[in-house]
Amino acid sequence: MAAPVTPELEAAAERAQARRGLLVSLPAYAYLVVFFAIPLVIVFVVSVFGRRNPRGATVYGPPTLDAYRKIFEPGPDGSYLVLEIVWRSLWLSVVTTIVCLLLAYPLAYYIATRTPRVRNALLVLVMIPFWSNFLVRTYAWRVLLGRSGPVTAVTSALGLTDTPMIFTVNAVLIGLVYGFLPFMVLPLYAAIERMDWSLVEAARDLYASGWQAFRKITWPLSRPGVIAGSILVFIPAFGAYVTPEILGGSKTTLLGSYIVRQFLQARDAPFGSALSFVLMSVMLGATIVYFRTGARNL
Amino acid sequence: MTGRWISRLLGLHSWAVYVFFYAPIAVLVFLSFNDNRLVTVWTGASLRWYREMLENDQVLSAIRNSLIVAGVSTIVSVVLGTAAALGLERFRWRGRRIFDGLLYLPIIIPDVTMAVMMLLFFVQVFGLVELAFGPKIGLGLATISLSHVAFNISFVAVVVRARLAGLDPALEEAAADLYADRRQAFLHVTLPLIMPGVLGGALLALTLSLDDVVITSFVSGPGSTTLPVYVFGLVKRGVTPLINAVSTVMLVASMLLVFVSLIFQRGDGKVPQGTRQ
Repeated sequence: MAAPVTPELEAAAERAQARRGLLVSLPAYAYLVVFFAIPLVIVFVVSVFGRRNPRGATVYGPPTLDAYRKIFEPGPDGSYLVLEIVWRSLWLSVVTTIVCLLLAYPLAYYIATRTPRVRNALLVLVMIPFWSNFLVRTYAWRVLLGRSGPVTAVTSALGLTDTPMIFTVNAVLIGLVYGFLPFMVLPLYAAIERMDWSLVEAARDLYASGWQAFRKITWPLSRPGVIAGSILVFIPAFGAYVTPEILGGSKTTLLGSYIVRQFLQARDAPFGSALSFVLMSVMLGATIVYFRTGARNL
Repeated sequence: MTGRWISRLLGLHSWAVYVFFYAPIAVLVFLSFNDNRLVTVWTGASLRWYREMLENDQVLSAIRNSLIVAGVSTIVSVVLGTAAALGLERFRWRGRRIFDGLLYLPIIIPDVTMAVMMLLFFVQVFGLVELAFGPKIGLGLATISLSHVAFNISFVAVVVRARLAGLDPALEEAAADLYADRRQAFLHVTLPLIMPGVLGGALLALTLSLDDVVITSFVSGPGSTTLPVYVFGLVKRGVTPLINAVSTVMLVASMLLVFVSLIFQRGDGKVPQGTRQ
């Protein structure tokens, strides 16, 4: 006969469960505290307590917001270089997100409305670039857009322009769109595919036009996918480093490259740390917006 | 009919996007077989640059380093990440929410910030070690692997959790009812059921490790360059046929991984009935 369940027994079982849960998670928990949380705190400490001495080493003193203030101050030549870079990163990542959305939505809709066999094949064709090496995919555009590259050959043959597109903002934009487009297609597909199509049929039965049905039914129902995809594209585009380094020039520096330069060239760790912290805060803000809008249930 | 026109346009648009996806890769692969030293001047097909790649000690050592880092960091992060997924999905405990948040951060945080974090952290640790014990240690394969584990744990945990969430806990309870102890229930019921998730997480970790440029270049020392970091350095100096050949090899490797993952996903369907909600 089973023993009756008493509150004491239940509490003991709960405690045992809690102990076991912590024990199972402990190795990963400890690892992330040591190799993630502590490094994050160090970046903050360096940005607030550190200063760069003339030899490029970091020395520590009383807390100061100088490193953060430097973001808003004009450089020696009077130009607001940092703000310009932040602004450029921001609008380039917004344009990247919009272009990706415009390209991906019709594609995701097309894939979701095929027969299951075709659908799977088309999805695999999106997955392959998604899993392929990002650096290599970006490098391909360096070849295509370069001085004697195929794209330049075509544009000059058509009499459009002889100057290659490489090292311009447009080249960076193409690279970003190309790099992050799969991140937009997959969540959009997931949202459209799980949609209840009978709602669209009902709308059509009630004499809604195709456009009305799309605007009132399909679009609102696919919004979680739109939000998820936009976040997944915007976040890496805003912090991009590889793409602007390979496809951009001196006039297209983005925030990611600028931060790296603070460490590898300018040797200004406090300023670089402050910039990384700002970059991370923007990402966290964007992610919180994402969770707030309920896209989590995707 | 406007409907038919719209669906035709949709189809046309979709195929154009697929051309956009694949044409650059195809051009790159094609040019890697060009014999000429100038990338875009076609003078005939040859395997010259592949031969050159295999004779290039720097490329070979970079490949070796990449495989070591990817292997080590994948194994460690799969074990830790799977345990974390189990701890979060199957048990209620205090501090669970904080851990949940901490686990998501490495996914959200930009590469550049993570790279800065790891560099400053290791510099501080090395400084302390030198102060306390004397020996001078530096950045190398160990610091790269430790950093890769730091972001891979989270990705593995997310993938395994998704799999666990779709499993019926009643299966594990049934095992317990049939006198399986906790270890047996885990080994014979839970683990086989979450295996597709674990393998999916492992493949993701492997891919992310083999892809990473920014974090690795911050925490690598002399002689510990990985393949992407080495290629990135070459690419910044210009386009060469050697990079085309190395790139093609990297593309083939990632495509092999995609197909392996597809095979595992196919295994997904063979899970006994009632395990998916």
